[in-house]
Amino acid sequence: MGERSIVRLTSTASTSNRVPQSVPPGLLQNSRTRSVVSARLRPAALALGITLLAFGRVHAQTDCLACHGDKSMQDASGHSVAVDGATFKASIHGSLQCSDCHADIKEYPHPEHMAPVQCSKCHTDQSTQVSESVHTRASSHPCTSCHGDPHTIFPKSDARSTVYPLNVPETCGSCHGNANMARQHGLPNVYPSYMDSIHGFALSKGGLLVAANCQSCHGSHHILSRKNPQSPTYKSNIPKTCGSCHAKIDMDFENGIHGKALAAGKSNAPVCTDCHTAHAIQQPTQSEFRMQSTPICGSCHKDKFTGYRDTFHSQLGLLGGYVETARCWDCHGAHDVLPASDPNSPIAPANLVQTCGRCHAGANASFVQYQPHADSRNRKMNPALYYVRLFMNTLLISVLTFFVIHTILWLFRSRYEQIRSRSAKGGKDA
Amino acid sequence: MPDLEQKEVSPNPAAEPAPRPAEERYFMRFTREQRYLHAVLFTTFLGLAATGLPLRFSDSVWARAIAGSVGGFGAILFFHKLCAVVLTGAFLVHVKDVFTRGLLHRQKGIFWGPTSMVANWKDARDLFGHLRWFIGLGDRPKFERYAYWEKFDYWAVFWGMIVIGFSGYAMWFAPFFAHFLPGWALNAVLVIHSEEGLLAILFIFSIHFVNTHLRPDSFPMDMVIFTGVESEKEFKIKRPMEYQRLASQGLLDARLATAPPVWLVKFSRIVGFTAIFIGLTLLALTVSEYFV
Repeated sequence: MGERSIVRLTSTASTSNRVPQSVPPGLLQNSRTRSVVSARLRPAALALGITLLAFGRVHAQTDCLACHGDKSMQDASGHSVAVDGATFKASIHGSLQCSDCHADIKEYPHPEHMAPVQCSKCHTDQSTQVSESVHTRASSHPCTSCHGDPHTIFPKSDARSTVYPLNVPETCGSCHGNANMARQHGLPNVYPSYMDSIHGFALSKGGLLVAANCQSCHGSHHILSRKNPQSPTYKSNIPKTCGSCHAKIDMDFENGIHGKALAAGKSNAPVCTDCHTAHAIQQPTQSEFRMQSTPICGSCHKDKFTGYRDTFHSQLGLLGGYVETARCWDCHGAHDVLPASDPNSPIAPANLVQTCGRCHAGANASFVQYQPHADSRNRKMNPALYYVRLFMNTLLISVLTFFVIHTILWLFRSRYEQIRSRSAKGGKDA
Repeated sequence: MPDLEQKEVSPNPAAEPAPRPAEERYFMRFTREQRYLHAVLFTTFLGLAATGLPLRFSDSVWARAIAGSVGGFGAILFFHKLCAVVLTGAFLVHVKDVFTRGLLHRQKGIFWGPTSMVANWKDARDLFGHLRWFIGLGDRPKFERYAYWEKFDYWAVFWGMIVIGFSGYAMWFAPFFAHFLPGWALNAVLVIHSEEGLLAILFIFSIHFVNTHLRPDSFPMDMVIFTGVESEKEFKIKRPMEYQRLASQGLLDARLATAPPVWLVKFSRIVGFTAIFIGLTLLALTVSEYFV
């Protein structure tokens, strides 16, 4: 890809009027005719030679564009080597001369095969960062794979740039939206998830420049694996990374029990992405998010989750779409989860009437004795509930057992009587 | 369920109370009010079961499908409460009716005697006699107006109405009930509501269906609760004691009724089979949660 992208020139160029009128356009089409071209262009070549002698190097875009301005120009292997002079002039590199990058061209005619352009000659820092990032492992990540056609590179603030905020996801997605590529590298296929996420919508539908795009979290040139402690996507760095936009939530998180556990080095404490996911982030008030996140809390708080699943909150909530029944964070808070012993916690005894009262108008001190995740199988913790359940189950099982036996015996006996009476009447044994 | 539909096409001629020649006599068993009460009871019960089971087994695939089919999570709760209110109304009307007749009008046989729903020694003797007959150790007991299993059905529903109703309203109006219930009771009412509801569903859709409708004597359906009348032949076989008692007291003619109109039999059959079909479907779904 590297070699190709060097010669991947724009094909949208308008026909350049710099091609000498005397040259039939067909003659420029391939290198086999180059000697003929040279012969026909002898006067121009002579002029070029004089220029070279005078200034020691190829210096004017106009000189190169005399040939490369023809949009149909191709190299020996059929790749276009045309350059749209007008677009290049407008690009961020428009003030440079061709030979500033194509440094091995010293004379005309130049050799057919040229050394790849080294962006690092000027962009030293970025080049070093890329070489340290996850994108150096393959040789297939030249600058152009993200920045696009080298002759039409625009500043990242320009809407035409491939790294303009609104264009970043598509640029990264050209690789990271490819299921095969993702499978090969053991990566999730993140582009579709991102585009359907709240960030993706903000960017694609709202055109919000501040909406998080790939590089907001991953960086650009210095992208590191999330296993690398230096990476902004390393687990313990995630709150700060998300907090660079969501500053208040980051503060809340750090005051909460999860944030403190993380700061204390407990690596199994959840961070933003454990509940919200990294790429498929949903609007938290949406039922999809409310449906998926309770089991996420439950994946650590297993005993509470089991008890919760037996309650009406869970039963109605599980039917899908119902956003009003209480999920974990409706009572515990989401980012600043605090233990009940903390007076600021919504589940502190003194705050329960208010917390439950948010949904249950008229909640009183007795009402809030309700246990939102009581385990009715635990006799020590909930004796009353345990015996109520035991009684109800005993009643259910004994009534059904008695009547199932009763009914089965009755069925057999009735059928027997029926057959006997029919036989007695000389009828068939049905 | 194909069984049922097939049976509907070719009904068992022995048990069909289809219109007979003119000499067949019919006797009144249930009043219009009792039939309407049963109609309201089974309609709302089916509604409560269909909207309650998805909540009880809310993590199953069919729960979400049923919830979706009635308009989603919010609608299913609405319909559950709607059926509950209607059923509560019917229950209160019935209780009022019983007490008006028994206490105010001093009508005999409401609280005691052969025509009462209240259990007596004969019911205990009938139960053991019936069990002995099942295994061939004796004759079939001669049942009175209401057999012991019918009384059990009645009181099971009566008890269930109070228990399920009370626990249901306690959840619906939890902050109000919390004024006089302890905190743990709010946890307990769901367990009670759910288990008692499950018992009612399993009992009605298996035991009641078989005992009353699907057993060989009544197969495929006992129409008497729909038409109100039954043939003399059926009356004699199913409730010989009552038949004898009425005959000896000379009260048999007072109970004479006309044969049910054809349209009523047909209509009742459609309604009844629909109810049984829905019930058996719900039963299958419930059982599948435990065994599949």
